[in-house]
Amino acid sequence: MAMSRRDIFDSVQETLVDALAVEPEEVTEEATLTGDLGAESIDFLDIVFRLEKCFNIKIPRGELFPDDLLNNPDYVSNGKFTPAGLTQIKKAMPHADFSTFEQDPDVNRMPDLFTVKTLVNYIEGKLAA
Amino acid sequence: MRWIWIDRFVEFESGKRAVAIKNVTLAEEHLHDLYPAFPIMPMSLVIEGMAQTAGILVGETRDFREKVILAKIRRASFDGFVRPGQQLRYEATIDTIADEAAQISGTVYCDGQVLGRIDLMFSHIDQNMSGLNFPQENFVFTEDFKGLLRRYQAELKQEAGGRRQETE
Repeated sequence: MAMSRRDIFDSVQETLVDALAVEPEEVTEEATLTGDLGAESIDFLDIVFRLEKCFNIKIPRGELFPDDLLNNPDYVSNGKFTPAGLTQIKKAMPHADFSTFEQDPDVNRMPDLFTVKTLVNYIEGKLAA
Repeated sequence: MRWIWIDRFVEFESGKRAVAIKNVTLAEEHLHDLYPAFPIMPMSLVIEGMAQTAGILVGETRDFREKVILAKIRRASFDGFVRPGQQLRYEATIDTIADEAAQISGTVYCDGQVLGRIDLMFSHIDQNMSGLNFPQENFVFTEDFKGLLRRYQAELKQEAGGRRQETE
């Protein structure tokens, strides 16, 4: 039987509680992984490994957390995503909500895209594929 | 003093599992530093012993080409003390290994009793630091280390050859 969004959220929540040593109530859909939950760069890999195991899926490098766009001058200029870069990152991250980010696409605000909801959306899409 | 916190591997299954032991002796400086007149081994050094056991296991999987760095202690829980005269046994199993990192789970025993669980994450730093450059030479698995390893491997081969001759 397919997992409901609630089931997926519960498992993602458990994963983040274990990976980041946070309390379950801190892991809300809107919480950002770095800002609110204190994730550091190595934690992102840990989270990917744990999600793969938890949901029995394969997460190719860069699919959940794209990291290859920032060094491309066509996509990032003066610390902000260009229109082409914004199109590209939206394509690479259909699981993220860009409504706030695109008003000021500063690369320093990119971590705000990685919320708990982003993870749940990604897993939901992956399991439905 | 050398920063070596395991004495010997007793089992080694390439890419899967390794078991190492360490004999704890009162001659070691660290036993006298934590609590005066109550010599116990700090748990941070027990974690280091597991990191060395597992780090070599992970490194050997890719023929020691990667610079394997302890990146995260995913879990460390203990129950008890380690006293002089006791023997630690580190059992490490690889859970996941990818281009950029590896995860292991481990159990440490003290004189045959479970002392704790230690799960670690290692980074293959050349693959995983967004463009940062590190020295070309492998400062984790040095030439000295590889030399020691080659010597052990040669001895093991010799021993295995001797045993074969005995049985023939």
